[in-house]
Amino acid sequence: MRYSETGFNLEINLTRGSIEKVATDPDTAELYLGGQGSAAKILWDRVKSGTDPFSPDNLLIFSTGLLHGTPVPAANRTVVNTISPQTNLMSHSLFGGFFGPELKYAGYDKIIIRGKAPDLVYLYINNDKVEIRDATHLRGKGTTETGDLLKQELGDYKVQVAAIGLAGENRVFMASIDHNHASAARGVGVIMGDKRLKAIAVRGTKDIHVARPAELFEMTHQMRRKIGESDGCGDWMAVDEDDSFHHNHFAWGNARTRRKDFWSAELQERWTHLKYDHMDRQTGCFNCSKKCRNVINWPGKPRFAYKCFGKDTYHMAAFLELDFSFEILGLAQEYGVDSYSTPQVMAFALELLEAGILKDTDFPDMPADNRGRFFYLLEKIVRREGIGDILADGVSQAAIRIGNGAEAYDHNTTKKFEQLPIKLGKLNPAYFLMIATGEKMSITQIEGSFPQDPLPTREQREAFVNKWEAVPDEKFKQYFLNWEKRNEISDQATCDIVDWNEAMHYIDDSIGLCGFVSSFRGQFGGGVAYHMNNIPQIISLATGLDMSKEKLWKCFQRIRTMVRVVNVKRGLRRMHERPPEDHWAVRNEEFEQKLLDTYYQYKGWNKQGIPTRKTLERLDLEYVADELEELGILKTEDEFAPAQPVAEAATA
Amino acid sequence: MTASTVVAKKIVKEIKVEIDKCTGCRACEMACSAFHARPRFSSINPARARIRVVVDEINDEYVPIRAGDYTPSECNGRHIYKIGGKEYSECSFCGASCPSRDYFREPDSGLPLKCDMCESIPPLEKPWCVQACLPGALTYIEREETREPRPQEKRAELEGGLESLVNKFGQDALIEALSKMTKGH
Repeated sequence: MRYSETGFNLEINLTRGSIEKVATDPDTAELYLGGQGSAAKILWDRVKSGTDPFSPDNLLIFSTGLLHGTPVPAANRTVVNTISPQTNLMSHSLFGGFFGPELKYAGYDKIIIRGKAPDLVYLYINNDKVEIRDATHLRGKGTTETGDLLKQELGDYKVQVAAIGLAGENRVFMASIDHNHASAARGVGVIMGDKRLKAIAVRGTKDIHVARPAELFEMTHQMRRKIGESDGCGDWMAVDEDDSFHHNHFAWGNARTRRKDFWSAELQERWTHLKYDHMDRQTGCFNCSKKCRNVINWPGKPRFAYKCFGKDTYHMAAFLELDFSFEILGLAQEYGVDSYSTPQVMAFALELLEAGILKDTDFPDMPADNRGRFFYLLEKIVRREGIGDILADGVSQAAIRIGNGAEAYDHNTTKKFEQLPIKLGKLNPAYFLMIATGEKMSITQIEGSFPQDPLPTREQREAFVNKWEAVPDEKFKQYFLNWEKRNEISDQATCDIVDWNEAMHYIDDSIGLCGFVSSFRGQFGGGVAYHMNNIPQIISLATGLDMSKEKLWKCFQRIRTMVRVVNVKRGLRRMHERPPEDHWAVRNEEFEQKLLDTYYQYKGWNKQGIPTRKTLERLDLEYVADELEELGILKTEDEFAPAQPVAEAATA
Repeated sequence: MTASTVVAKKIVKEIKVEIDKCTGCRACEMACSAFHARPRFSSINPARARIRVVVDEINDEYVPIRAGDYTPSECNGRHIYKIGGKEYSECSFCGASCPSRDYFREPDSGLPLKCDMCESIPPLEKPWCVQACLPGALTYIEREETREPRPQEKRAELEGGLESLVNKFGQDALIEALSKMTKGH
């Protein structure tokens, strides 16, 4: 008997219209956990290096996490992976809600989609009944609108629907996949649209078994209470109305302008009213008591929900106020576009117009005010009309297509992906490494366990570390105790911190936990519910695997390496690992490159950032080394000289 | 027989539902299905739960309902309740396992499910759905209810009273008195 997982994947070929239920290898969980981990392995095995993202051979994989469907609270984030046409690398995307657990209850760990349907279809999964159905009647429908229509059509309000909107249908690179009020961003909606798959509706009524029921239930019940009562979990922005952090420190417009004195008490009072006067309620995801999503009912617009920084991106890009975000978000959510990258693309276009690189004639009938212009651009982009067709490829590729100096305005991307609009003074070494080497594209998917900044006094730092349960190793307490200035920290500490930060995200995204109770949240206060010291036991109780901290860390390293080699096979090299040049005002190329060398060696990678044969063999990936050597990608001349000191891994 | 022995008392178990506090997380469904699994907690399946959160995001509707009685036929009409500007179907509040929807049926057998307030030995402090509801939408209340004596108890009381009157005044005197009283009306 398989515990915690179903042991089956659904294989859908949309070209042939075939549906297969395929038993999975029981060893996969022990090696790759599930979720993004096992999805990366599938992409490595089955998508050849030269495959165009728009080829029918590209895969679109919806994965449940290993712990979805079990009593483990906040295990509900569904992972979507594919090859992105924006970056030509592996897309990593997540959405909260109910979809993953429902898929488990229907009897599947993953849906693996290949091929392309001749016209719009949707996939209906009702336990063992799986059908590819016509969806031409849903063409142009909004994301949550599609969910609602499918529930009516199927006569079942308990189906969980993930759908694309107009943006995905039109292959907009920033297109998202939306489920209720949750959204999967970063390059997955475009591939769902390319495959002509409008939606997936899933309903499941089967059991998920766990290995050691009574112990797991008792432990997770305590965990649920802890999460519910703790202010160290969840999105604090759902309750803290002081949002000076983003507004005063992040850059406005096309990630250009800091407005350090923007926030005021008057503004806070006004915006608080704006929020609560229009907020129906706060909602959560499956089996999690945190209320991270704010459901807003704005007059004349579709009801929508936002969380975290998602409420700021549109008005900050447009130099407007919160009411503008509230006005546009409902529409943008129905069209299905990523609220992080899309406003930056719009601000980029307006900057090009101001600079004379784009002309008024590129924007026929565009209103004169910023509010009107953003609505105008949204319509153009989601329909790929006129200039919108170019902008729909994202900032980096649009800049290349526009040419004429537009490339200089593509200043806030890494690996061709829009980064958060942050422009700072002095370099933070850990952040340099995370942005440079991260393959989850957004810093929010990489940072998170170690605090962003030191605390001012030793007493405060001591108080912090004394209640810090989450550290995988005592050395992190020492790093934090002795850390006084942001940029003054040893390379060894920097490597360890980046590694730990990454580890938690790779584990969360494989077992299905939400970053707000785990990988992302520890940097703010340290008091997260899940960490390296309790996750192994939870996995053991749920799955029956004999998981330990050491084994889990090795799983992380194996999954991390698998994601890297998928991307290396597609061309990722050292030259791509550069944060935006203006991310920090003060830069030191020599220091940065030396730090990158140190980190590559720490990870067991060569000078090009490619895992060495030794590293691959240690992680049971000899066949990967063989293939990379055959392809001429892994070369001994790229290895570091053995005399170089090699930093120790964070644990084991 | 005294008055106090005929006024019955019982413990009424209630779950107060504050729908404005419901976040739609369905932890209640998860916990209910785990508790009712055999062996206990060995499997999770919200379709087996005896509580269900009726969710409609578009209308901002979040209503936890508890499995009630099985009914073989649908209602012949339904109310639409308008509460706080929002419209709710009567079904949103109804716990019946009925033919109009597949709520509260064992997924394998189709047999109806009914909430038992997590009855167990030893008794739980509160049902699992309430324990799992951290947002506080569900509150368990136990209250003592006194209830009026039933008709057969009243009759027993009446007969006992008449017997003592007969003993005191004799049957004939009592009949005469009663007949006078009825003629008076």
